[in-house]
Amino acid sequence: MDPVVSISHLSKGYRRGGQFVPVLADITLDVAAGEFTALMGPSGSGKSTLLNLIAGIDKPDSGELRVAGLDITALSEAELADWRAGHIGFIFQFYNLMPVLTAFENVELPLMLTRLSRAERRERVALVLDMVKLTDRAAHYPSELSGGQQQRVAIARAVVADPVLIVADEPTGDLDRVSAADILGLLARLNEKLGTTVLMVTHDAHAANTARRLIHLEKGELLDSGAGSQDSVQRREGAGSGFAESRIPNPES
Amino acid sequence: MHALKLAIRNALRHKLRTTLTVVGLIVAVLAFGLLQTVVDAWYAGARAASNGRLVTRNAISLVFPLPVSYEARIRGVEGVNAVVRSNWFGGVYQDPKKFFAQFAVSDNYFDLYPEFVLTEAERRDWLRDRKGCLVGRQLAERYGFKVGDVLPLRGTIFPGTWEFVVRGIFEGADDTKITMHFLFHWDYLNESLRKAGRGRADQVGMYIIGVANPDNAATVARAVDATFKNSLAETLTETEQAFQLGFIAMSNEIIAAIRIVSYVVILIILAVMANTMSMSARERIAEHATLKTLGFGPGYIVLLILGESCVICAIGGGLGIAATPPTAAAFKQFTGGIFPIFTVSGATLAMQAACAVAVGVIAAIVPAVQAARVRIVEGLRAIG
Repeated sequence: MDPVVSISHLSKGYRRGGQFVPVLADITLDVAAGEFTALMGPSGSGKSTLLNLIAGIDKPDSGELRVAGLDITALSEAELADWRAGHIGFIFQFYNLMPVLTAFENVELPLMLTRLSRAERRERVALVLDMVKLTDRAAHYPSELSGGQQQRVAIARAVVADPVLIVADEPTGDLDRVSAADILGLLARLNEKLGTTVLMVTHDAHAANTARRLIHLEKGELLDSGAGSQDSVQRREGAGSGFAESRIPNPES
Repeated sequence: MHALKLAIRNALRHKLRTTLTVVGLIVAVLAFGLLQTVVDAWYAGARAASNGRLVTRNAISLVFPLPVSYEARIRGVEGVNAVVRSNWFGGVYQDPKKFFAQFAVSDNYFDLYPEFVLTEAERRDWLRDRKGCLVGRQLAERYGFKVGDVLPLRGTIFPGTWEFVVRGIFEGADDTKITMHFLFHWDYLNESLRKAGRGRADQVGMYIIGVANPDNAATVARAVDATFKNSLAETLTETEQAFQLGFIAMSNEIIAAIRIVSYVVILIILAVMANTMSMSARERIAEHATLKTLGFGPGYIVLLILGESCVICAIGGGLGIAATPPTAAAFKQFTGGIFPIFTVSGATLAMQAACAVAVGVIAAIVPAVQAARVRIVEGLRAIG
């Protein structure tokens, strides 16, 4: 099976105060379809930069980067925006929900860029809100939800358009242990039941253990990669119960 | 549609800030409308002037009169169908602050001014009474003049106390006509001056000429002036509107100042609005970055900020426009009839609306372009 993410000799740096600061150096990496991968490393190791490049919100200086078979480095800003809308689901550390929109409307946002009718959008949003167990909170604004609930809304928003890849940047970084476990369990279930590829950046070893594969970055270089802990695999296996079995249809299909 | 919904909700997000900005907009749009109406009021007389009437006066200055003998010669000019003698009286009623225009006019005045309506009975009464006078409806209402009242005026140009009996109150044919003046018999003035024997009789301040065909007004004016070329009192003949505008020109600086102030008010609110939108855009950098991350383009971000700005301006501008006519009516009442015609014109309302839209659009341009240009990665860093 072709990898969802295929990176070859990727480099990225920034100019700060007239000096070039390398962030990623000669990264080569494949992420297979359906994988739940955790990208770990200390602050400044370049893990968020790598995630941003894979998600198409930043551009590399050199190297190849293909996502779902497409060389996204060749896309213009407008093409990238369209591509992100159709292929990537985003989960942020601070949820990044629109405070003036309800949970329902926030989840509906990515679908506004599709050709779905209002009824189809509503049906799909209701489905994913049910998946994240927030049906009863659909009409609530983010300020009326707890951190864990807000992150679940963000997850619903990330999956609603049935993306090829979900990128999560420190999704539990702003949550307490209980809420963090809840969110990680939810991501694991999404990965397992829907088969969505998940790429998660974290510096929390406990969170990383939820993933099947660990990738370590240090000072912009890929150190090693390996499997997640056996505990996490067992935890995932027990987390599937009660999860919506239905696959989210792709809005473009 | 979705952008508009989001823009409306964003506009109402900071209620205090939006309320204060809306109040500022209401005041600015209202002030702009009132100042424009003041300028309009200044021109009301000139606008009401007929292009079928000419005014002939002494070429040197309006201060110098013309001989009464000119009337017959003016009547003889081709294209002239009526001539009215008119002298500015300049009397004081009770107090100099109670100023109103007073003219001594020949009896055929109303033949030339069909826009002023007088009943046949009142006209007859006025013609029968040498000391009779006529007052306009607006003037009568301002000072409470009634038919039969005796009005004493203290002459300034023509010394002495002059007594007049109100014989009629004339109306304007429509709301745009100013009826703030006072008319009496030119013959009464002339006979009194003749009796006084100071050599000021048989002189006319200006002749108002009725032109048979308004299209020929310029030709008739030139013919009248040519008639008195090289005489002791050469004439200057111009349309009534040009004559009125000549008076207004004396206040050109004041009118220009009022106009400038009205636009400065709009510029100030533009700066306030631009500041509000800059603050809003800066606060929402991360939200805009999130929207871009989800696939919304820079155009959508521009639309959001532009929409929010226009929503605030529509509320403020709409309320300001709605408040202008009643405020103008109250202003007219408060100023005691300084401006007999003080009506907010459709053009003024349209200008107010245009200003509100312009403020909404211009204030949003820079913040919108800046927000659209922010890189997603930089925008997302604005969180936390």
